[in-house]
Amino acid sequence: MKMEKWRAITYTLLQHSLKKNFHHPINPNFRSLTRSSSTSGHTYAFGRTCERLKPTLAHKKWNIQPCVHPLKNCMSHHPLVSAKIFSGNICRIQCRYFASLTTKIQRNPLFSTINSDDISHFEKILGEKNVIQEEEKLDTVNTDWMRKYKGSSKLMLQPRSTEEVSQILKYCNSRCLAVVPQGGNTGLVGGSVPVFDEVIINTGSMNSIISFDKVSGILVCEAGCILENLISFLDSWGFIMPLDLGAKGSCQIGGNVSTNAGGLRLVRYGSLHGTVLGLEAVLANGTVLDMLGTLRKDNTGYDLKHLFIGSEGSLGIISKVSILTPPKLSSVNLAFLACKDYFSCQKLLMEAKRRLGEILSAFEFLDSHALDLVLKHLDGVRNPLPASMHNFYVLIETTGSDESSDKQKLEAFLLHSMEGGLISDGAIAQDISQASSFWHIREGVAEALMKAGAVYKYDLSLPVEKMYDLVEEMRIRLGSVADVVGFGHLGDGNLHLNISAPQYDDAILAQIEPFVYEWTSKHHGSISAEHGLGLMKADKIHYSKSTEAVQLMTSIKKLLDPNGILNPYKVLPPSLVS
Amino acid sequence: MKIMVAIKRVVDYAVKIRVKADKTGVETNNVKMSMNPFCEIALEEALRIREAGFASEVVAVSMGPAQCVDTLRTGLAMGADRAIHVDAPAAGLYPLSVAKILRALVDVEKPGILILGKQAIDDDCNQTGQMVAGLLNWPQATFASKVVLDKEKQLATVDREVDGGLETLCVDLPAVITTDLRLNQPRYATLPNIMKAKSKPIKKFKLEDLKVDIKSDLEIVEVTEPPKRKAGIIVSSVDELIDKLKNEAHVI
Repeated sequence: MKMEKWRAITYTLLQHSLKKNFHHPINPNFRSLTRSSSTSGHTYAFGRTCERLKPTLAHKKWNIQPCVHPLKNCMSHHPLVSAKIFSGNICRIQCRYFASLTTKIQRNPLFSTINSDDISHFEKILGEKNVIQEEEKLDTVNTDWMRKYKGSSKLMLQPRSTEEVSQILKYCNSRCLAVVPQGGNTGLVGGSVPVFDEVIINTGSMNSIISFDKVSGILVCEAGCILENLISFLDSWGFIMPLDLGAKGSCQIGGNVSTNAGGLRLVRYGSLHGTVLGLEAVLANGTVLDMLGTLRKDNTGYDLKHLFIGSEGSLGIISKVSILTPPKLSSVNLAFLACKDYFSCQKLLMEAKRRLGEILSAFEFLDSHALDLVLKHLDGVRNPLPASMHNFYVLIETTGSDESSDKQKLEAFLLHSMEGGLISDGAIAQDISQASSFWHIREGVAEALMKAGAVYKYDLSLPVEKMYDLVEEMRIRLGSVADVVGFGHLGDGNLHLNISAPQYDDAILAQIEPFVYEWTSKHHGSISAEHGLGLMKADKIHYSKSTEAVQLMTSIKKLLDPNGILNPYKVLPPSLVS
Repeated sequence: MKIMVAIKRVVDYAVKIRVKADKTGVETNNVKMSMNPFCEIALEEALRIREAGFASEVVAVSMGPAQCVDTLRTGLAMGADRAIHVDAPAAGLYPLSVAKILRALVDVEKPGILILGKQAIDDDCNQTGQMVAGLLNWPQATFASKVVLDKEKQLATVDREVDGGLETLCVDLPAVITTDLRLNQPRYATLPNIMKAKSKPIKKFKLEDLKVDIKSDLEIVEVTEPPKRKAGIIVSSVDELIDKLKNEAHVI
C-alpha cells in the first residue's frame, strides 16, 4: 500500500524538479505528502526552493525522517528514488530523526557542491588511492555508530600528514566546500557524519606515534591513532592512557580530544583539559596552528588549545596531540557490588573517596534494568552475583603500587560497608580475566541497548543526589511503553539515561523531550556531560549555557571559520551561526 | 569423604610475559600472579561435589614460597574449608617432586578424591596428576569434562576429552581426577565468603615434616622467545608473487 503512494508522490516530485523553473512553488501534492506520513512513515522532499516547504511543515508540526533507515526497507530497490538520477543541484530537507519535533535543517545554499575539478585537485594533493568515491565505502562512513544519522557525502579524503590536511582545507575554504572531520566514527550525537554532502576528511591514515618520553610519560602522536593501539604501545613501557572508554577499539585520539571524551577513569586522572599538554590543529583556511608543547607548565599567553578540546571539529581539525600519560601501576583490584537503593550507592561513593582515597580509579554504577539487558543480549556474560537480583550494582576499581596493601584496604573498606548495610552483596575479581568480565558488563550496556531495539540516549551531568530521581520520573512518565535504563559514571556525577523501546516512536519521544532537558536545566545540570552536542543537541545549548556565553562562542566560531565550512549544522544552533 | 584439591600460583593468564634478560626463565617480578585457571576449575568441581552431598570437606593444598598463601586464601574465599601450605623453594619444584609431596599429603589427610588441574599454564607439563596416581597406585581419570559420582558403589564416571573425541571411564574411588576447560565455570569469590575465609585455618608443613626429597634430575638450561614473525609485504603483481614464491620462499 505504501509503495503505491510512494511511487505516485515521488513521480510527481520528479516531474517538478526536472522542470527548469525551480522557483515553482512546491507541489500541490504536498498535501498528499502530509497525509501519507505517519509516525513510522517517511517522506522525502525534493526541490530547489526549500523555503516554501518550511511554513507548511512548521504548521503541520511533523517529523520528516531522513531518507535512510526506513527507506532501506522499502525504497532501496525503487529506481525512481535513487539519488543518482538527481544530478546537479539537489536541495534536500533533512529533518532530524527523533530530536525536537519542529527542527529542520536545510542545506546551506552557500556551500558549493563537488565537481570533477575538485576531484582532480584532491587527487593531485593526496594521490588517487586516498580520494574515495565508491558507494559501498562511503555508505559506512556516512552512517554513525548508532545508525541514527546518515549523510550523503560523495567524497572521502584520507590525508596522511598535517600538510595534506592544510592543503585540503585551504582548497575547500576557497571553494566554500563544507567538510566533516572524521576519526573512528564512534560518536553518539551524530557529530562525526555528514548531514548533507559535506566532504569527509578521515584522519585514519595519520596514525603514527611521533615520540614518547619514558621518563615523563609524555606521548606525542598523530590524531588518527586508535586509542587501544596507544594503550598497548604504552603498556610495553609501563604507562597507560589517562582515558579509557568502551569504544577504545575504534575511536581515535584526535576525536577523543575534539570531543573532550570522559570515560571510565576520569575520577582518577581528570579530564583531557588537564592531561593534554599540546595540540597541533589546522584551521579552516589551512593555517597550521602549532601548539604542540610537551611542557607541564607554560603560562605564556592565552592557552588556545582549550578552545579546540571539546570543539567537536567545528573550530579546526586536530592533527597531532601531545598527552601526559600516567605510569601503569601494578596493583589493580576490581569489585562488583550490589546495593539495595540509590541512596546507598551515593553513600558508598562518599565512603570510597574517603577510605580508598588515592587508590580509587573508577566508580561506575548500573541499575537492575541495565544488568538484565546485558545478560539477555550479550554472549559470554554471566551475573557475578547470581544469588539474587539487586536494584543497583556498583563497580569499584582501585589502582595502586602495592598489591597486598591495596587488597587489604579494599577488603577492609568493603567489609565495613557491608557491616554498615551499604552493600548487600559483592564479588572481588581474583584475576585479570575475572576483572575483564566485570568490566565487560559495564562497558557492554551500550551495545546491549543497541541490540534490544530502538534506544533514546541521554548523557547528563547532575548533582549526585538527584541523579536517579530523573530515571524514576521517566519510568513514571513512560510506564510500560518503554524500558528506562540508568547507568554511568557515578564518580563524576554523570548519568547515562537510556530509554529502550521496541522501535522508534514519536509518541515516546514527545514524552522524553523536552522534559529531560528542562529537568536537567532546572537542576543546573548539563544536557551533555561527555558526549558533546554534535547534531543531536545543536540547538539545545541554551539549556545549559547562558545567552551571552553562546554569543561569544558564535563570535569565536565566525572568527576562526568565517565561511562555516568545518562541521556545519552542529554544536552551536545553526540559526546563530549562518 | 574428604576431597583434596592441589592448586598452583602462576603468572596471570592475561599478562603478556617476557623472558628474563639472562634467559633463565620468564620475568615474574612485579607481574600479576593468580591461581592457575585449571586449578580454579578443579576447586569449583570439588565445591560442587561437596554441595551435592557427596563429600564433607574440601581441602586446598599448595606448595612453594610464602606468597602461595595468597592463592590459598583465594581458594578459601571460593569456599574451600581448609588449606595446607607446604613451604618449598620457588625454583626447582618440578612435577615429580610435586607428585611426591602430594603423595605424602594424601597419606596424612586420606582424601577420597584428589582433584588437580590438567596442567599449569606456566610450564604446560600435564604430568603431576598422572605421576601422583602412579605413586599412590590409584586409578586416574584425566582431562575430565564431566564427573558423576556414585556414593554407594564408591566410583566416579568421568567423561574425558581426548584427541579422538570423548571417552567415558569408570574409576573406583579413591582416584585422581584432572580437570579440563569445559568441566565447569568457576564461581566468583563473593564478599561474605572472603570474610569467612579470614578465619579458616591454613596449616603449614615443611618438607622435612613430610620426609620428601625434591632433588630433581631436571635442569632448565635456557628459555628463549620463539622467533618473531616477519612482517608480510604487499606485492604489486602476480609475476612478482610467483618470483617471490619461487626464488625466496622456495615453495614452487
